[in-house]
Amino acid sequence: MATNPSDAADFARRGIRSTVALAGWTAAWLATLALAAFGPGQLWEDSPALTAGAIGVNVLVGIGMLLANKRSLEAMDELQRATQLQVMAWTLGAGLVGGLAATLLARHGLIGLEVGVAQLVAFMGVVYLAGTFIGHLRYR
Amino acid sequence: MRNRLKVLRAERDWTQADLARVLEVSRQTVNAIETGKYDPSLPLAFRLARVFGRRIEEIFDDEPL
Repeated sequence: MATNPSDAADFARRGIRSTVALAGWTAAWLATLALAAFGPGQLWEDSPALTAGAIGVNVLVGIGMLLANKRSLEAMDELQRATQLQVMAWTLGAGLVGGLAATLLARHGLIGLEVGVAQLVAFMGVVYLAGTFIGHLRYR
Repeated sequence: MRNRLKVLRAERDWTQADLARVLEVSRQTVNAIETGKYDPSLPLAFRLARVFGRRIEEIFDDEPL
């Protein structure tokens, strides 16, 4: 419990700092993902060592992003954490149910869309954003 | 769960943001507790009791809203 104003301001400052750090790690992870995906063929030709190196860097930065996410959750208060838990549960559930249903629909030729990891990640991202927005509205 | 947070806060002329700063939680959390949308954990309930110099049962009533 805060006993003076500077201690009290720490909660808000910690939250902002951890969110900014998470945004930075996420941007770095996306950049390294793009490098690993488009580097072979666009930036270098036929170099398994460079490709493996780019994927390795992407995994290392990804671990950094996961740790930043953990720190961000730790900097939240209990209601924010409970909201995040609900949003993540919805995201995981919708990804699993929606992803498998879309895969089956595509496999049996009932939809003309291509269904893969990229579409699944995009779908989960939309569910996560919508859930975060609804959670924010509920407790504003 | 019913609570007397709004009254206790008003007695001190504190805003929700003031109380949130003292408790080191977000203003949304204070608002959610005050309006009965969220029941605080036991540690947070104890912190509230200490801030207002009351016992937990003097602040919270377990009857539904």
